Amino acid sequence: MIQCKTSKEIGGMGHSMKRKEDDRFVHGKGNYVDDVKLPGMLYMDIVRSPYAYAKIKNIDASAALEIPGVVAVVTGKDLEQYNLHWMPTLMSDTQMVLPTDTVMYQSQEVAAVIATEKYIARDGREAVKVEYEPMKALVDPYKALDEDAPLLRPDKEDQKDNHIWHWEAGQKEETDKIFENAEVTVKEQMHIPRIHVSSIETCGCVADYNKVDNHLTMYMTTQAPHAIRTVIALVAGHVGLTEEKIRVIAPDIGGGFGGKVPVYPGYVIAIAVSFLVGKPVKWIEDRSENLQADSFARDYHITAEMAGTKDGKILATRMKVLADHGYTDASANPSKFPTGMFSIGTGSYDYPNAFMEADAVYTNKPPGGVAYRCSFRVTEAVHAIERITDRYALEIDKDPAQVRMDNFIKKEQFPYQSPTGWEYDSGDYHAGLELAMRTVDYDGLRKEQAEKRKKGELMGIGLSTFTEIVGAGPSKDFDILGIKMFDSAEIRVHPTGKAIARFGTKSQGQGHETTYAQIIAEELGIPAKDIQVEEGDTDTAPYGLGTYASRSTPTAGAAAAMAARKLRDKAKKIAAYLLEVSEDDLEWEPGKFFVKGAPEKSKTIQEIVFASYTNHPQGMEAGFEATHYYDPPNLTFPSGAYICIVDIDTDTFEIKVRRFVAIDDAGHIINPMVAQGQVHGGLTQGIAPAMYEELIYDEDGNILNGTLMDYLVPTAVESPSWETGHTVTPSPHHPIGAKGIGESPTVGAPPAIANAIVDALKPYGITHLDIPITPYKIFKALKEKGVLDKPIAE
Amino acid sequence: MKTPITLKINGEEHSFEVEPRTLLVHLIREQANMTGTHIGCDTSSCGACTLLIDGKSAKSCTILAVQANGKEITTVEGLATAEGVHPIQEGFKENHGLHCGFCTPGMMLRAIELLEKNPDPTEEEIRWGISGNLCRCTGYNNIVKAIQYAGAKMRGDELPSTEPVFVE
Ligand code: FES
Ligand code: FES
Repeated sequence: MIQCKTSKEIGGMGHSMKRKEDDRFVHGKGNYVDDVKLPGMLYMDIVRSPYAYAKIKNIDASAALEIPGVVAVVTGKDLEQYNLHWMPTLMSDTQMVLPTDTVMYQSQEVAAVIATEKYIARDGREAVKVEYEPMKALVDPYKALDEDAPLLRPDKEDQKDNHIWHWEAGQKEETDKIFENAEVTVKEQMHIPRIHVSSIETCGCVADYNKVDNHLTMYMTTQAPHAIRTVIALVAGHVGLTEEKIRVIAPDIGGGFGGKVPVYPGYVIAIAVSFLVGKPVKWIEDRSENLQADSFARDYHITAEMAGTKDGKILATRMKVLADHGYTDASANPSKFPTGMFSIGTGSYDYPNAFMEADAVYTNKPPGGVAYRCSFRVTEAVHAIERITDRYALEIDKDPAQVRMDNFIKKEQFPYQSPTGWEYDSGDYHAGLELAMRTVDYDGLRKEQAEKRKKGELMGIGLSTFTEIVGAGPSKDFDILGIKMFDSAEIRVHPTGKAIARFGTKSQGQGHETTYAQIIAEELGIPAKDIQVEEGDTDTAPYGLGTYASRSTPTAGAAAAMAARKLRDKAKKIAAYLLEVSEDDLEWEPGKFFVKGAPEKSKTIQEIVFASYTNHPQGMEAGFEATHYYDPPNLTFPSGAYICIVDIDTDTFEIKVRRFVAIDDAGHIINPMVAQGQVHGGLTQGIAPAMYEELIYDEDGNILNGTLMDYLVPTAVESPSWETGHTVTPSPHHPIGAKGIGESPTVGAPPAIANAIVDALKPYGITHLDIPITPYKIFKALKEKGVLDKPIAE
Repeated sequence: MKTPITLKINGEEHSFEVEPRTLLVHLIREQANMTGTHIGCDTSSCGACTLLIDGKSAKSCTILAVQANGKEITTVEGLATAEGVHPIQEGFKENHGLHCGFCTPGMMLRAIELLEKNPDPTEEEIRWGISGNLCRCTGYNNIVKAIQYAGAKMRGDELPSTEPVFVE
């Protein structure tokens, strides 16, 4: 199914080429931020609040400052003198770098201790005495909207309540009318809980300010080095540290998943301290800090509704969201596009009407919702639509696979205008679901299930047939702080035909060094092994918006192809000159131009490149370099058909995922091995919120599972053996027809698992369970239904 | 107050002065300057810091440097020899057993002990065997394959295919 045009030696698209980056990692030669060590470097540790909401009465740093090796203790009041105590968020809200009077969530940064050694900094942290006056925390987002709820952000002039924004899309009146008259309507209240990206590398930085030449070098765990440089320049510009004097280096990054997009106070404090003391400052957070204070993901309360006919035609959906944003709106979203909920809220289905609205609210929880391995709330939208579609199927007693088949957008309907205003580029949803059903023997499974049900056994089959939007994004819709979300590639080919290519994106493990090289190999015929890919250094890479929301292949991958095509055009001119024929007489095959009808008269790309430095046509610019900034004309719309089969133990309610088949359609695949690896990883990050992960707070805002001892990241034992496959529907507007795949599985897996579990419980009148679905939740639900008075299995 | 200790790291003798509270992982990373051993948590949960002490895998964030005095330590930097890479390194690379690579050194060192105790483990035995090591990127399927591949190589058996298998 996946075809290669190039030879294995060239290694263009479609080859499962082994990754070029792996050698350094398997030898322990990766260079992560915590590996950076600079002469004279100081270490920073952070004092954090034990309370979710409290006045700071006093900070006494004297005992800390007496410890030999402690260099300084910095508080909000200290930073206030330089107007560095606050910063803008990516959503143009404001966030305290260090609070001057009130802490707003548990584990918020309160003071920073700087010392000559890591352990001494920690001693200093223990010795700082902070006196608090605790206040009653506001934890429930619904209560935060009560009229008499205390105002959490009096620092914001126009803020009269805890409501942040309202956003809506679709046709309200038409949709309401359909709901009034529909034969069937269903409704469920869902919570998609707060979870955490928990990349195994935590966040950190080394800020190195050089007083002599007024230059900042910032090594940091960031997925978007250029955008961060601009943010730093916007804040630090007023003290004379302007953008050309700032170099952001993102070295190897140990997983990001969206959590390394935001600017965290620790980074800013480290910069401020380095600026003030003139020495490099290292800050590396530990795991508990990472879980307790870094950006969360999700936390959407959704009321989802669907209207349809009795025989299975969907007519409309309505969705109403309350988003708990914590103390400040620092969510990672393009600024014109506060919730991706709306772009894809109607999923893969064809019906004319929908209405969606979302409100965001402040609470005393950590800020900064990140789109954890998803495009700006697509995960939440897909969960809601896939669950409510199943709920509708249940109501009309039709097989959920049939309801999907009957309502899919058909492949001839593309490009498809969705009722919320987006244009889906291409897809073949029927083909994906057919392949998934054939693979699992869907009909056979349903028979098996019927047999088991007679015996009281719990077996469930769950589907999720989703569409994603990725490749943020087209400049008409997407920007961060006003900067349009293009991405970039620069290719330089050296005289001997070997190349270096630099990008505005930044891999956190996605394998860019290999796949970008394969794209260029495909377009130019230079072997992928001869193309070195570099990212993450703002001094050398072209400006780009970074890697998240599965945007690398759709944007920078496209930029690579376009830059390579510019070079191929130049190569053609040189080949015509060298072969003394007209350009029209030339044909291309990967790696060489040859004269039509005379294939022995040819010039290899390496010969052509050499000539560009040694023997180029008169009047032509020498050298072999090109840059391209790619602004995508549209998003890309990968899709998937996932089927999950679960067995639930009738005594312990332990859930076993017996099989999980994931069929993805990401258009043309660059490296099948890498793509499959992305799917495996994403599926495991999908089973995690479906069955294990949730950040839990008590009513005082204390986090109850803020370490990896009790925040359940799946191990190899919980993670099933995944089965994966593809259908291929190329994106019509992408230069190489690729759509991107990294986040599809994270988006598609949770509803497949939830649907399977709810399906297993169908005979007992359970219509919905919120994720994470644990054995205890199943036990409780069955107990409430009165089922457990007699044993389930006979 | 610092205590002198000696360690044999990857075959070489080293002497250090350490505080009694210094964790082995910090000694390895900061004093021995071998940064292949990583830190991913503060509760001994993630296994990123796993190395071998006298051939047994251990989470080096859970051990004081002084406790390791006189012992022989293998870190990821010591896996490859003049003859080439260790089969486990080859297994991870050939089977796409890593994405960001942050968990990989710990995972490989854990796998080495696993394979030494049980040269031909089943998939289930491998999964339980590495359940003290978290990976957030790979979903573990290819890590399992990587360990099976290394096992076959160490036993001298025919090597399993490294091509990805897709549902058709
Ligand atoms: S750092 Fe040692 S187990 Fe996590
Ligand atoms: S490869 Fe990234 S944590 Fe395992």
